[in-house]
Amino acid sequence: MSAQSFRIERATPESRIALAAGPWWMDRNDMRLAGEFFVYLGLATLWNLLAGYAGLVSVGQQAYVGIGGYCLFALAIFLGVPPVLTVPLAGIVAAIIAVPVSWLVFRLKGAYFAIGTWVVAEVFLLLASQWSSLGGGSGISLPISLIRSIGSSRAMREYIIYYETVGVTVAIIVAVYILLRSRWGLALQAIRDGEMAAETCGVSVANAKRLLYVVACAGAAMIGALIFMSKLRISPTAAFSVNDWTAFVIFITVIGGIGRIEGPVIGTILFFLLRETLSDLGAWYLIVLGAAAVGVMLFAPKGIWGLLADRFGWQLFPVGRRLVLTGGNTPSAPSSSNT
Amino acid sequence: MVWLNAILQGVLVGGLYALFAAGLSLIFGVMRLVNIAHGDLIVLAAYVALTCVTLTGMNPLLAILVVAPLMALFGYALQKFIFNRTLGDDILPPLLVSFGLSVIIQNALLQVYTADSRKLNAGPIEVASVKLADGLSVGWMPLIMFVSAIVIIGALQFMFYSTPLGRALRATSDDQEMARLMGYNNRHLYSIAMAISLAIVAVAGIFLASRANFDPSIGPQRLIFGFEAVIIGGLGNLWGTLLGGIILGVAQAVGAMIDPGWQLLAGHIVFLIVLAVKPEGLFPRVDG
Repeated sequence: MSAQSFRIERATPESRIALAAGPWWMDRNDMRLAGEFFVYLGLATLWNLLAGYAGLVSVGQQAYVGIGGYCLFALAIFLGVPPVLTVPLAGIVAAIIAVPVSWLVFRLKGAYFAIGTWVVAEVFLLLASQWSSLGGGSGISLPISLIRSIGSSRAMREYIIYYETVGVTVAIIVAVYILLRSRWGLALQAIRDGEMAAETCGVSVANAKRLLYVVACAGAAMIGALIFMSKLRISPTAAFSVNDWTAFVIFITVIGGIGRIEGPVIGTILFFLLRETLSDLGAWYLIVLGAAAVGVMLFAPKGIWGLLADRFGWQLFPVGRRLVLTGGNTPSAPSSSNT
Repeated sequence: MVWLNAILQGVLVGGLYALFAAGLSLIFGVMRLVNIAHGDLIVLAAYVALTCVTLTGMNPLLAILVVAPLMALFGYALQKFIFNRTLGDDILPPLLVSFGLSVIIQNALLQVYTADSRKLNAGPIEVASVKLADGLSVGWMPLIMFVSAIVIIGALQFMFYSTPLGRALRATSDDQEMARLMGYNNRHLYSIAMAISLAIVAVAGIFLASRANFDPSIGPQRLIFGFEAVIIGGLGNLWGTLLGGIILGVAQAVGAMIDPGWQLLAGHIVFLIVLAVKPEGLFPRVDG
C-alpha cells in the first residue's frame, strides 16, 4: 500500500442529481397520510442517529414524544403560548430534561441502556397520569379557543400543522446531515465503526454521545408536540406509547438500513406501503412487520439501503468519505466500507 | 400492622420478581444477551399453561411439569436457529431481534387468545392462608411462590458453581475464545442456557397466571420488573437478584399504601435512586 496516489470522495456524482430531483414524495395529495409520513421519517431519522451512529439503542424515545405532547398542552393551556410556538419550546424543555436523564441512563451499558430508557419512559407515563390538571390518566382535549388560534378554518389549521411538520422533519434531516458532515460527524462515525479505536484517536466518546442524545430527544419532543397538535387530544397511554413511537420507528430504521441517513427514508416509504396494504389484517400486520425486521437483521443487517448502497455505491446524503486509489499498482478493491 | 402486612406481601411478591429476573440474568451472564422478549415469553408460558389446564383439567401447579420442558425445548430451538446467528461483537442485532420477537409474540398471543384478560384457577389453595398474628396472615400461594424462587435460585447457584455444566457456562462467559480452545461448544452451551432460562420462565409464567389476571400486553412490564431486580441487586449475583426483587416488591407495596397510583412509580424511583447512587447494584459480585 505504499506510494499510492489517491483522492477522497465525499459524494457519488449520481447522488447529487437525485438530491436535486428533490422531495418527490411531496405531491401526495392525502395530506393526513403525508403528515404522518413526515412524523415517522423524523422520528426514524433521530432514532437512527442514536442507534446507528452512537450505538445508543433506546427503547424509550416515546418518553420525549410524550413530553413534547404534554409541553404543547401545558404551555398552551397554562401559559397561553400559541400552540404553533410550543413546538420549538417543547424541544428546549426536552433538551433540558434529557441532560439529567442521560446522567442516569448512560450508566447502563449497551443492551441494558435500552431497557433503562424504557423504564424512564414508564416513569414519565406514570407521572403524566398523576398530573390531574391535565386530565390525569384519562387525558385532555385542546380547548376550542386554542384550536381556533392555530388557524381560523379546519383546512387552514391542517395546512399549518402539515407544513410545520414537514418543516421540522426537513430541518431534522438537514441538521443531522450537517452534524454528520461536521467534525462531530466524523467523530460519531468513528465511534460507530469502533468505539475503542475512536477513543484512542482522541474522540471524546462520552461527550459526543451525550450531545447526540440531547439533540435526538429535543427533536423527538418537537415532533411529539406536532403529533398531538394534529390529534387535538392527549392521554398518557397515547403520548408514551412504546408501540407507536418506538417499535414502528425501530422497524422502519432496521428494515430501511441502520447507520445511514437514507435508511429511514426507504424504511418509512416501505412502512407506509405495507400499512396501506396490510392494515386490514389487524395484529397480523405487526407480526409481519416484526418478522420482516428480524429477517433483515439476520440476513441483511445493513438493511435495504445498505444492500443497494453496497451494490451500486450510492450515497443520497454524502456523509462518508471514501478512499479512491488512482494510478499506481491498484490493489484488489478500494475500501468503501465507511459510507 | 397494616404496614407490616404490606411489607410482608411485598417481600413475597419480590420472590416472583426474582423469578422474572433469574432467567434474564442467566442469559446476560452467559452470552451478554439482553432478551427484550423475556417478559413476553413469561406471558407465552402463562398461555401455554392455560391451554394445558383447560385441555386436561390438571392442577395449574402440576402443569409446570408439562410447560417447563416445552418452554425449555422452545428456548433451545430459539437460541439454535435465531439468537446464535446474531451473536458477535455488535450488540445491535441480538437486541433488535429480541425486540422484534417481543412484538411478534405479543401480537400472536393477541391473535390466538384475544385481548380478554384470563386467569389460572389454582383451586382452594388460592385463598388458603396461615395466620401469623392478628391482622397479619400469609397466603399459601405467595408462600409457595417465594419458596420456589429461593429453591430455583439456590439450584442455579449450585448448577453454576458445583457442576461440570456450570463450569462450562462460566468458562464461556469469562472468555469465549479460550473456552472454545478448551473444547467447549459455545453455541450448544448457549442453547442450553436459553433452555434453562425458559424453564424458569415457565415457572414464573404459571405463578404470574395463577396470582392475577393476565393478557397479551403485560409482557414488557414483567421484563422491566425483572430488569430492575437485576440492576438493584447487582449484575452477576443471583442472591443479590433475589434481594433486588424483594426490595422492588416492598417499594411497590409501600408506594401502593401511600397512594394506589404510586405503586409502580415507587418501584421505578427506587430503581433510579440505586442507579444514581450505586450503579453497580447494592450487592455486586465480589468473586473473581
